[in-house]
Formats: sequence, C-alpha cells, structure tokens
Amino acid sequence: MRIESKDQFEALRGQALEIDANRKQQVLVCCGTGCLASGSKAVAEAFASEIAKRSIDASVDLFVKPTGCHGFCERGPLVVLNPQGILYTKVKPGRVEEIVDTTLVGGEVIPGLLYKDPVSGERVEKYGEVPFYKHQVRVAMRNIGRIDPTDILDAIAQGAYSGVAKALFEMTPDEVIGEVATSGQRGRGGAGFNTARKWQSCKDAPGEKCYVLCNGDEGDPGAFKDRSIMEGDPHSVLEGMIIGAYAIGSHEGWIYVRDEYPLAVVNLTIALKEARKYGLLGENIMGSGFDFDIKISRGGGAFVCGESSALMRSLEGKTGEPRAKYIHSTEKGLFDLPTVLNNVETWAGIGAIIERGGAWFASMGTERSKGTKAFSLVGKVKNTGLIELPMGTTLRHIIYDIGGGILKDRPFKAVQTGGPSGGCVPEELLDLPVDYEELTEAGSMMGSGGMIVMDDRTCMIDVSRFFLAFLEEESCGKCTPCREGLRQMLYIYDRLIAGQGRGGDIELIERLAAGMQLGSLCELGKSAPNPVLSTLHYFRSEYEAHISDRACPAGVCRELTAFEIIADECDGCHLCYKACPVEAISGVVKELHVIDHDVCISCGACVDVCPTDAVRTFPKHEGARFNNV
Amino acid sequence: MPTLTVNGRRVTVNADATILDAARTAGVEVPTLCQFDGLEPWGGCRLCVVDMSQANWDDDWFKVVTACNHPVQEGMTVVTDSERIIETRRVVLDLLLARCPETPLVRKLAFEYGIEETSYTPNPEPDDCILCGLCTRVCDHIGVSAISSINRGWGREIAPPFNQPPPDCIGCLACAEICPTACIPYETSNVRRRIWGKEFEMLRDPKTGEAVITREQAEHFAERSGVPIIYFEKSDRSKRREMARTFEKLQVVKS
Repeated sequence: MRIESKDQFEALRGQALEIDANRKQQVLVCCGTGCLASGSKAVAEAFASEIAKRSIDASVDLFVKPTGCHGFCERGPLVVLNPQGILYTKVKPGRVEEIVDTTLVGGEVIPGLLYKDPVSGERVEKYGEVPFYKHQVRVAMRNIGRIDPTDILDAIAQGAYSGVAKALFEMTPDEVIGEVATSGQRGRGGAGFNTARKWQSCKDAPGEKCYVLCNGDEGDPGAFKDRSIMEGDPHSVLEGMIIGAYAIGSHEGWIYVRDEYPLAVVNLTIALKEARKYGLLGENIMGSGFDFDIKISRGGGAFVCGESSALMRSLEGKTGEPRAKYIHSTEKGLFDLPTVLNNVETWAGIGAIIERGGAWFASMGTERSKGTKAFSLVGKVKNTGLIELPMGTTLRHIIYDIGGGILKDRPFKAVQTGGPSGGCVPEELLDLPVDYEELTEAGSMMGSGGMIVMDDRTCMIDVSRFFLAFLEEESCGKCTPCREGLRQMLYIYDRLIAGQGRGGDIELIERLAAGMQLGSLCELGKSAPNPVLSTLHYFRSEYEAHISDRACPAGVCRELTAFEIIADECDGCHLCYKACPVEAISGVVKELHVIDHDVCISCGACVDVCPTDAVRTFPKHEGARFNNV
Repeated sequence: MPTLTVNGRRVTVNADATILDAARTAGVEVPTLCQFDGLEPWGGCRLCVVDMSQANWDDDWFKVVTACNHPVQEGMTVVTDSERIIETRRVVLDLLLARCPETPLVRKLAFEYGIEETSYTPNPEPDDCILCGLCTRVCDHIGVSAISSINRGWGREIAPPFNQPPPDCIGCLACAEICPTACIPYETSNVRRRIWGKEFEMLRDPKTGEAVITREQAEHFAERSGVPIIYFEKSDRSKRREMARTFEKLQVVKS
C-alpha cells in the first residue's frame, strides 16, 4: 500500500488509470456546494438506486461519480455523461430514470435537459461546447469536476502527485524554485507577489526550521474559488504544498480553512488521510527520504484572518490581529520562524507547473501576469459560476462570451472586482485586459478573483455602502483609521442614501479615504476606501445627484425614489400586482395598473418583474409627476 | 551603529533602535498615544506615522510607516512633518475626537493639529477609552493577562473575560496607571482595593501599618522572582529604614 519508490508510484498510477479505463460508462454528478444545495445528492442517489434496480455492474458498466464543483452553479444540479461528453443541466431526481433509459441505454439525447445558450437560443449537447466552458483554460482547477475528491486513486489517475514524484526524484530544491520562477506565477490571493521569490527569500532566511502554510480563509462576499478547489480537488493543494516544502526545506505545514467551509474541511481531511496512507505525505515521502506533513486549522470566522500576519497569530492560538510587517513573514512568520504562506489557488497550480514546466505556464497570460486565473463570476450575468481563464482576458469577453451577457439584456453598468477591497470598473473600461496591473491602474484590484456584475438598476452609492458595511463589521479594530474611519464612512453613506447628504460630504469622504489609505496598519484598512474611491472616480455625478438633487439616478435608494407606471407602456400583465409585497399596486388584468405612493415602500420589485419596462422611477420629493389615477 | 537623518538632522543610534528613538535623539517630536517605553511597540494608534526612505530607494520614494515600531537602517531618511503625514495625523485625531469628544488628552492633541471640533459624527455614547491597548499590553507584560480587548471593529472594548471580575487580576493597578486618559476606574484604601469589579485585601507593612500591595500581587511577584513574600509586604519607607540601619551597623555611614 505505501509507496516506497518512484517506480511504485508509477505502477499505482497505472493501476488507477486502468480502473478508470475499465469504467465504460461514467455519470459525473456535481456535488459541489452549489449543486448540493440544489439537490444533487438526491440525483446521485437516484442514479445508484436505478442501477441497483436494473442489476447493472456499477463498477464497470455504469459508474456514478460524485465530483467537485463544475463551476456552472447557475445551471445545477449538473450531470456529465462520459465518454459521450453530454452535459445535462438542472437535473432533478425524477428524471434520472429517463436519463438511464433514453440516453444510457437508448443512446438518445434528451433535448430538454441540455443547456440552452441564452445568446443563440440553441441547445448545446457537449460539455466542451457550452460557451461557459469552451473559453476556459483550467490549470488550478484542472481536475475539479473530473475526479471524485474523496478518491485518491481517481486523482492519481488524472495526474495528481506526479509533480511531487518529479520534484522529489528528478529535481533539486533549487531546480524546483527555478521552474516556478520560469513560470512567473504570482500569488493568487490578490497581492500578486512572485511565488518563486517568496520561496527563495524564505529559504535564504535563517532559522532552525521553516513552515509552509496555505491560506484557505477566503472571505470576500461573492468569492468561492478557493472553496471549490479545496472541496473539488484537495489533492492539488496538498501536491503544491509538498513541492513547496521540498523546495524550501520545510517539514511542517498547515492549511488554514474557513470554518464556514465544512465540505472543504471534510474533503481535505480525507485527502490528508489517504495521502498519508499511500506514503505521499508524512515521513519518507515516496521513499525519497523527504519528510513533510500537513495539519488543518479551522478559522474562527474573522475576515481579517485572511491577512497573512493575522492568520499566523490565529494559528499560534492568539487573537487574529495583523501586526506591522517591516520584517517579512518569509523571515519571521509563524512562531517567528521563516514561513511561506500561499493562497489555495497558488498551491493548486504548482503541481501542474512542475509537471508541465514553467515555460508552459508562462506561455499563457500577459507580460507581467503569467498563467491563468480563477474568477467567481456572479451578479447580474446570465451564466454565473466559477471560471478559469488566461490572464489578460478582457472583461467584455468574460461578461458577454462566458457570462452570456447581462440578465434580461439590461444595460451593463459596472463590474466590481477584487472583493470588498476592490473597486468598480465602468463600461468604458470593458475592454480592459484583466491582470494585476491593469486592474490596479483602473482603481480596482485582482483580489480573490471575485467579479460582481452590475446592471443599470444598481446605485453605486448603495454598492459602496454594502462593501463598507461588510468591512466595518470585519475590521479587527486594532488601528484607529480602519476602526473609526470605516464607522464614520458608513455614517456618511447612511446620510447619502437617506437623502441627507451635505455639501462637503464628497470632500470629507476623499480626505478620510486618503487618511485611511496612508494611516491604516494592514491591507484591510489601506484598501477599504477602494470601493469608495473607484465609484467616486467613475460615477461622481451619482454622488452629486444624491446630495444636491436628493435623487438616486439608478432608482434604488428607497428614501429618494418613488415609482410610477407609465400608462402607454403598461399592458396590464398583472405581474407587478403579484410581486408587490405591500399591495400598493391596484389594477386588473389587461388594464392599466396604478401605484399608491402612500403605501409603496420603494422596494423596486415591480420594476424587476415588469416585462414592458412600464415602471419608471423618479425622485421622491418631486411627487407623482404622471398623474395616472 | 547606523546613522540616519530625521528632518535633515543626522543622528547615530543603536542598531536595535526604532525610528521613534532616532527622532527623539535628534530632538524631533513625534506624537504618540499607544507607545510606552518598556512595552513592545504595537503600532495601533497610527499617530506616530512618518515618511521614510531607505538608502537604496529612489530619492523621491517615501513610504508612510509608524515610527514606534519601524527599525532604523543605515542611511535612512525620515521626514516627520511632510504635508501628507500632518494630514494623516489630522485624520486620525479627527476620528479620535469623534470617538472621545470630551477627553482632554484627545482634545489637546487635536487642537495642536488645528482641530477644535470633529468633522465626523460624534460618538453617541462617548467614554474616554481611545483603545490604545496599553492596559492589556502592560497586563500581559506583567505576566497576568487578566484583561483583553473584546469584540472587533468599532465594537472593540477592553474587558475582563465574560465581563466578570477577572480571576487572574492581581490588583496591581498597572492598567489604570498606564492609561493615558485615566479611564479605568478603581478604588483603593488602606484596607481594600477594587478594580474591574474585583475586591482585594491589602497587605500592610508589619511595622508602619501602611497598605502596600494586594495579597495577590505579592504572591505573583514572590512566585515569579523567588524572593520571599515578606519582602513585598514592606513599604518603601520601611525598606529604606531597614537599609539605613544595616548601613549604620556596617558603619558605612557615621551616626
């Protein structure tokens, strides 16, 4: 069972490949968190019972494999049939029998379950031809959705730990660092520090031992790439960490995971156990003489613990607060010893870089940002989900070709990138190639790769307030500018959205933002003004409208917005009547509907459902302009 | 010993000095709130920010750092009064004034930077705590750690565990003494002491009857130093008298 040499590892891989090849018909059921929530567990069970009913040999003739997240959460539960490569979306347990009968036995495709391209309206049969997948290039996520994350042999068949074998038996630690340097890979946690340089400086730092850490404390609203990697392919993370440890000479590592990611903790724990069982982790890995083991540490729910120094304090059992980093953590990190801390996605890419070579990785991406990057594409796009693309892909390509455009084909307004510390990028910059520098120059950042797409029904003041509120809640409170500054910034935004903005508020925001950027202790506080400054930069007139005109141009801020139905546009479909939560709308089918302003709470539900755009907004203080009573 | 310049003045300081030490050596005043000689620098109040450029950086490239915890380096250039530094301190003080609108120390410092009233929304329930963390740090330093900060962000406050009288507190009053705004209440008399809701019995000098120390503090010191507890019961006056008598016996001084 325990691998004692490279040959034994190759033999094991051979066995694993054979098992995989013998499975004539495979049914991959996505069991990522998104699909589980839409009921994929019941789908997998339905397949199992259907197979039992028909006395099919489940291990050979029809193998059902629960996999990690396929990324296309919007259309879950997802089922992929291999070798045909058919993708079925929104599969309910009730349709499993039909799938087995029609497709698996009968060889016919069920058109109703295929993905319908919102752009062309056509049904797409093959997984690889769905636009959402077609444009992707997967490195860190190479095996997610293809393997059963709880089955190490399945992962090994797809190439997991081959990078470890190559590094341990064919390369010196310096050659490993050299290969990573060639790849040009930069930290995927957001700051974009060069991985090889980080490893080298840790290796050069004095200390009786050193540590390797994985930052799995992904906490940005709307980001879930690290979660999907840890849940769907934990082995890629372990592989990267083993290679990194070998390169710098570390024998101990930790994975710091958000406790809100229970499935990630479970799958990582299984992966660690299995890897140890096969001698891929622990003492004398693959008989190479190299020792390295990994422990899991679960975070306590603080966003700030994703910051490196706070994460290390938390790991030490202390309060998770950042400290000054005048001495780098590569020199004095965990327990004041040299430490390499990399993001989940960074580690997940290392195995592929070692196996396929740094030059291969560097051949993708832009001059300064090499390789591919995972993004969590969410918000008002048709295809939401998790994607991985070469650096330098334009925002337009991501939003329109992969994301399928804006929901209901409304106008695009902005895309928020980089999580709460990122910024909003407006329409005129849609052709921006996405890499670290370009996003920073646009006033946003790469951050964790979150992308929240916003349409014209989005108020930029309201959006900024949302992120400020998140950060105010998550600031640790150690330093004055972040603790007090975020609170005060929130007071100002509360004023703005309530129509109580004052002259001079914009200048006050700007002064406070500058003070926070320069004065705060850690990156949380330093970058907290980003959403504020980027919206102020690109949408200043909206701020002015809130203050001077007491109006919310997007028609979102409730205190400032009233709604009315335009007589000529309303076709009496009655949808708004049904959507209104306070019964403020009166009218019967096929006749004009009317909003009672005294009852209306300005929630905007009527606007969202109206198919003819008959509901318009206007500043509340102007009173009812279109008297349609 | 590295030599650096602070506001154009050249100073040479010890290799383990901070920028704040160097500024003081150069006679340049840098305001601080959470710094205390003898305690590990913390960098929380952000008032001691300065502009700093290292010898190998481009001439016009400066970084904002806190003077209290940034180590000095040969050839470093420090500027404590650049426009952006003054403005950053102003923002910090303006924010602190919103938190503690009535606190004399904050008012005084803010006034020195030209702020009489805060630009922000004043704290609806103000107290004098500026969250400088000196109290918890001195408590850690003494080896007691009876109090700590609780909650996070704007809700942060200093408290004993579960807001109950802290079992580990030795009643030494270091937290109250070190507090720059004197906002930790306590009562002490010849017989009893009370802080953080915990009552202490005072040990009294066997000869003079003066209250010297709480029993818990004497025990803590005795345990950590190995010196018999009786030593800590004596008042300073008693100790001096005893020493004088010893000297007399040894004829170090003429009677």
